[in-house]
Amino acid sequence: MAIEIVETGLATSVQDQGRPGYYNVGLPPSGALDLFSAAAANVLVGNDPNEAVIESTYMGPKLQFTEDTVIAVTGADIPIELNGQPVANWESIEVKSGDVLTFGILEQGARMYIAVAGGIAVPEVLGSRSLYALGAVGGFKGRTLQAGDVLPIGKGSGTPGRVLPNDLRPRLSREVDVRVVMGLYDYRLTDKGLSALLDQSWQLTTVADRIGFRYSGGALDWIEREQPFGAGSNPSNITDAGYPVGSIQVPGGIEPIILHRDAVSGGGYAMVATVISADMDVVAQCSPGTQTRFRPVSLEDALEARAVANERRKRLLSL
Amino acid sequence: MSSTQSESRYSWGADEHLVVMLSEAMSLQANFLAMAMANDLEAQNIEGFVDICPSNASLLVRFNPDIIAPAKVESIVREAEDRLRGSKQHRLETRIFELPVWFDDPYTNETQLKFRDRHQTPDGTDLDFAASENNLADRQAFIDAYQGSPWITSMVGFVAGLPFLFQMVPQERQLQVPKYVRPRTDTPKQTIGHGGCFAAIYSVRGAGGYQMFGITPVPIFDPEQKLPDFKDFMIFFRPGDIVKFRAVDEAEYRDIEKQVEAGTYVYRQRPVTFDLEAFEADPDAYNAQLLEALYGN
Repeated sequence: MAIEIVETGLATSVQDQGRPGYYNVGLPPSGALDLFSAAAANVLVGNDPNEAVIESTYMGPKLQFTEDTVIAVTGADIPIELNGQPVANWESIEVKSGDVLTFGILEQGARMYIAVAGGIAVPEVLGSRSLYALGAVGGFKGRTLQAGDVLPIGKGSGTPGRVLPNDLRPRLSREVDVRVVMGLYDYRLTDKGLSALLDQSWQLTTVADRIGFRYSGGALDWIEREQPFGAGSNPSNITDAGYPVGSIQVPGGIEPIILHRDAVSGGGYAMVATVISADMDVVAQCSPGTQTRFRPVSLEDALEARAVANERRKRLLSL
Repeated sequence: MSSTQSESRYSWGADEHLVVMLSEAMSLQANFLAMAMANDLEAQNIEGFVDICPSNASLLVRFNPDIIAPAKVESIVREAEDRLRGSKQHRLETRIFELPVWFDDPYTNETQLKFRDRHQTPDGTDLDFAASENNLADRQAFIDAYQGSPWITSMVGFVAGLPFLFQMVPQERQLQVPKYVRPRTDTPKQTIGHGGCFAAIYSVRGAGGYQMFGITPVPIFDPEQKLPDFKDFMIFFRPGDIVKFRAVDEAEYRDIEKQVEAGTYVYRQRPVTFDLEAFEADPDAYNAQLLEALYGN
């Protein structure tokens, strides 16, 4: 039972729900950038939500199946076809041996997830099948997928025709609010710098990958000081420290970067806020040009948003 | 360690992270506290703590708020900090090992040439620049200082298995070199780099802004776990590891390279207890003892 990669699409890799526990030696959690969509694809084909799926960015792959199975495609809005006939996203679909899945042009969102009954059965590395490309760890042979790769599939039995209710699907938009908890080194910003961060809309640049999302829109002012021993000379520098996943750093005071699930685990740039866990999937589905506002919330608000996200996940799992 | 007490700051990295800034400035004391707190929290084996990451002068805890409330996380970490700051025992069970380095090697030199326009001295070399920044006579004097005293691993990260190293000498003897003016898009794997007061070893090939002084033939990150020292885990460096650089010439570099290729290379290493007070009382004498532990019987 296998899938052959005929064409790769963009930045296509194997991802599950992640590899926690090794951040202290620089291995980030990895996992699908949009965890909910990946879990949903699994649930639709009858898998455990943590099974490995295929993640693609902006452009989908062309895949051929070597046996009869059940698949589902979730995530970004993008037309899909089986043997040239349109089929539905967010729904489990029966495929026959020899069938070919192709993708059209992306309409909204950024990342697609393809689940297969039984899951993508690449070996687990440190408890996860997720690719961490910088370290050549996990995934298929420690790298993104290439044409000609043949992915092994686990044992599973899905049921076609299972549909994810509309209200459970992510709302994709080219204008998003991303909720952040302020803190970390934000005291290093001037009042003007702080309002520059929060009062304007930032535009996502083309630097938007599994490591980080970079935004353009203006410059932030930092409070002048004599830099402490060990910190670099720019006022946006700090003594190298651990970076929370989702933290926002602003090297040189321009172009804020949100670190995502393949984050560099630490470095010497001041972080000024952190995206709440419930909104990391929202960031994952932003494509370049997306207008983004950082909306400050309290830790309590972040926990409430997390509870809402957990409730949504519970509903997914009970389907 | 009371000198840094007033500077400690606790902050939330949204709902999954607590960041404790022990000190704005780098110091062995702040780093020692970060490592002691990490070890202490690790030993407590607290349900809901996902990652405990000590760094140079701070500590990052990633937790699962579905399992443990943030306020509880904070109180546990604060308790550990208070207890360890008050403690008279400043000892760290760790190990010392040797890392052979070919300084001024052709690999990093070739990379330097490719990115010379991004450097402070477009017509110079990284080693000459570093020597002059530290008022040393020449590159050999800089290399001598570099390999003369051991370094402590103050943090592992940025990318998988990359150690940040802080030399175990008084602050006035710390070697400081600014990073490249603009970062390179390439750095050879296993390059010995330096930025600010930190050395770093590039565990994988990739972009980088640190000055490049040499290269080690020994892997520090081995995802395929071929060498004996990587049998249990793909990453060699751990926070708190003490490293002694040893300059090797091309012949020895090639010889070690062959051993690595054959899968027979083993690190020279010994377990040691690092005692901060004893070190501070006489750093050079203490370092001599550490090297005796490494090279003696």
